[in-house]
Amino acid sequence: MSAYTVRDVLRPKTIGEVQEIVRAHRYIFPRGAGTKTALVSPPPEATVLDLSGLAGIVEYDPAEFTFTALGGTPVREIERVLAAHGQELPFDPPLAAAGATLGGVVACGLSGPGRYRYGGVRDFILGVRFVDGLGDLVRGGGRVVKNAAGFDFPKLMVGSLGRLGVLVELAFKVFPAPKSHATVRVAFARLDEALEVLLRLLTSPFDLCSLDLEPPNVLWVRIGGLPESLDARLHRLLAFLDGHAEVVQGAEERSVWERVREFGWVPAAWALVKVPITPRRISELEERLSGLGAVRRYSAGGAVAWVACPGDPQALDGILTELGLSGLRVLGPPGPPILGAWIGGAFGRRVKQALDPDGRFGPLPWEP
Amino acid sequence: MRTADPIASLRAIYPRERILTRPAELAAYESDALTAFRARPLAVVLPQTQEEVIETVRWCARERVPFVARGSGTSLSGGSLPVPGGIVIALNRLNRILRVDPEARIAVVEPGVPNLEVSRAAAPYGLYYAPDPSSQGVCTIGGNVAFNSGGAHCLKYGMTANHVLGIKAVLADGEVVQMGGESPEGVGPDLVGIFVGSEGLFGIALEITLRLVPRPEAYRTVMAAYPSLEAAGEAVARIVAAGLLPGALEIMDRLAIEAAEAAVGAGYPRDAAAILIVELEGEAAEVESELAHLLEVIRASGATEVRLARDESERQRIWKGRKGAFSAVGRLSPDYIVQDGVVPRTRLGEALAEIERLSRKYGLRVANVFHAGDGNLHPLILYDGRTPGELERAEHLAGEILHLCVRLGGSITGEHGVGMEKRAYLPEMFGKTDLEAMRRLRRAMDPLEIANRGKMFPPEEVRPELAGVRP
Repeated sequence: MSAYTVRDVLRPKTIGEVQEIVRAHRYIFPRGAGTKTALVSPPPEATVLDLSGLAGIVEYDPAEFTFTALGGTPVREIERVLAAHGQELPFDPPLAAAGATLGGVVACGLSGPGRYRYGGVRDFILGVRFVDGLGDLVRGGGRVVKNAAGFDFPKLMVGSLGRLGVLVELAFKVFPAPKSHATVRVAFARLDEALEVLLRLLTSPFDLCSLDLEPPNVLWVRIGGLPESLDARLHRLLAFLDGHAEVVQGAEERSVWERVREFGWVPAAWALVKVPITPRRISELEERLSGLGAVRRYSAGGAVAWVACPGDPQALDGILTELGLSGLRVLGPPGPPILGAWIGGAFGRRVKQALDPDGRFGPLPWEP
Repeated sequence: MRTADPIASLRAIYPRERILTRPAELAAYESDALTAFRARPLAVVLPQTQEEVIETVRWCARERVPFVARGSGTSLSGGSLPVPGGIVIALNRLNRILRVDPEARIAVVEPGVPNLEVSRAAAPYGLYYAPDPSSQGVCTIGGNVAFNSGGAHCLKYGMTANHVLGIKAVLADGEVVQMGGESPEGVGPDLVGIFVGSEGLFGIALEITLRLVPRPEAYRTVMAAYPSLEAAGEAVARIVAAGLLPGALEIMDRLAIEAAEAAVGAGYPRDAAAILIVELEGEAAEVESELAHLLEVIRASGATEVRLARDESERQRIWKGRKGAFSAVGRLSPDYIVQDGVVPRTRLGEALAEIERLSRKYGLRVANVFHAGDGNLHPLILYDGRTPGELERAEHLAGEILHLCVRLGGSITGEHGVGMEKRAYLPEMFGKTDLEAMRRLRRAMDPLEIANRGKMFPPEEVRPELAGVRP
């Protein structure tokens, strides 16, 4: 990657080596496969800790519906093994085809369109082992699906961007994969009509896998389940959506969502920013973005905006701040990871103080 | 003592009727649902506003007096047990539902709101709050947040932590902090995720943003009877292996069935060694298809009787027996201890057989009522506290069950929290460096360790710098 010039890149093969490296270096920058391009450029003084050598599934018992894997394990490898047993991570970890690692998905806190139905990466993570800023190996959570013992370090690590610890091992729960899927694409005359239907779907009894809004006026609705009831459900959904819909099934259907999950809709070399939002605020954000030449997609029932822009997304910073929203750089040029307003600073600083008192993992993501 | 009368300055915050100091007034607050532990606080305060809570915490920090936040006192792990000589901050009056936003599918509430009230407020919009502890009629959201409470429907939608989006809290040194927001997605470290389940050791949540979900269109609830507990456990494994994802999968054993029948007459077959309750939920068409698969699996699993709830009242009757099982078992015995360990789901049969063996070894009856789909056991150990030595025997038996859960790769607690009860067992699950990191985190939030002191962490010698701290 162009971001790497002459510098130390260390590639540990064992957890013990990770600990040694953390203890021996002043500033550590952990990195997985580097698929989140905006987040992988290390500061000049940092030692890069390449975790790709720390890969592999440690434990997987299909009957248990849980697995444990090392942080550098490619998500695709895990998904292949799960699929052979009819299981999946329903939140569609993004950039899996591009090579994303499990640790990278957790550290960046990213979930794909499938997070709508059962929740995102934070809702499926069960346990973590991480190396803290003192070089100690710390375990939190467990390997069972329900656990209330000790502080919930696994959740804390979601979105931590490598600034609180190096994620060396992760445990997850998985779900049975739906045996069949269908997707409806429905276009409306205007954004507000599409939004109104989206809002109605949110409180409707339909169990949707994914619900995305592609501005200005298209909704993408995915259902999944047993093949014998799929048609009946699909027809009912079509009746609800009232006509102007198009049904996509089979391989084409899968590729629709694969493209969303891989950000295939983002023009090459553009920046991509993740913005958590609520459906009601979508029109407001749409209005403010109109002059930027940005391409947008609202996913997970309007809970997250993916904003792609041609240049440096720093221009978004002011808009997000004014709207009281926050954003995370995912693709494109490096820069401060978090844009816009951010709450949690006071609490977050205390967490940082406890886990990385010497700042070996750099500043907190909102304190660039 | 640092000041002549610490209560005098605390009284300045509250009118007379909302600060309790007389022994008779304090008695009700001396323990929670884990009645084996009792402690007398210095005072109980009844704040009505967030400001009063903040002022009280600041007072405690200034005076170095430990405090315990308390909701309805339903903790089964002694989580809201007072610190002797400390302050109990009773939050039941801080019980406003500040906002329900059906479009964002959220409710913003204060900590004293009972769990079920959230669902009531959301009902007009076709929404509800999913986590459903058995005590949901009285237990409060603040307590649910502190202990990451679960319920019978965690299999599909998770525990409290999976349903909290934002928190405003006062930390133990008096600083007010915010975290999270209104979206289920976030950026930056998941701070809400670490606050939930922190057992009151960081501070007190003042305002909580909860995620609401649409009420399922249809429920199908099946009760199946089995000739042995193992057979019921095996049926659970088969249901999960079939790729079905029920909303709930619960098992009750013979003793629990007997108790529930005597108490509420749920209509359970009294001759069964175990019953399994399976609830499917979702879109009507999908639930009907799933039901056909489920019944097939259950028929092949050796069930001696299968009952399908025909309507909502039959469904409620099945659940009434299950939800009331703890108190029903209470009628069989003067005292009981509820355990809350978790085992990997594939080890359920093994765990239950071992619990039965332990029950015989200790000569104490154990009733089993549990969330089988999660591997979350709830053995109720029956004893008579008036018989000398029986409580100690019961505690030993409980300890052996916790060892068993850890040995099988599980957890000492699925949803009740560590609290007072299981703190000595936390080191079995976590090593020295794990606990060190947790302690550092706790001290970063609460340098004086005044918030719910003595809970979760195993007892250790007093830190010299805290030696002067009362009590």
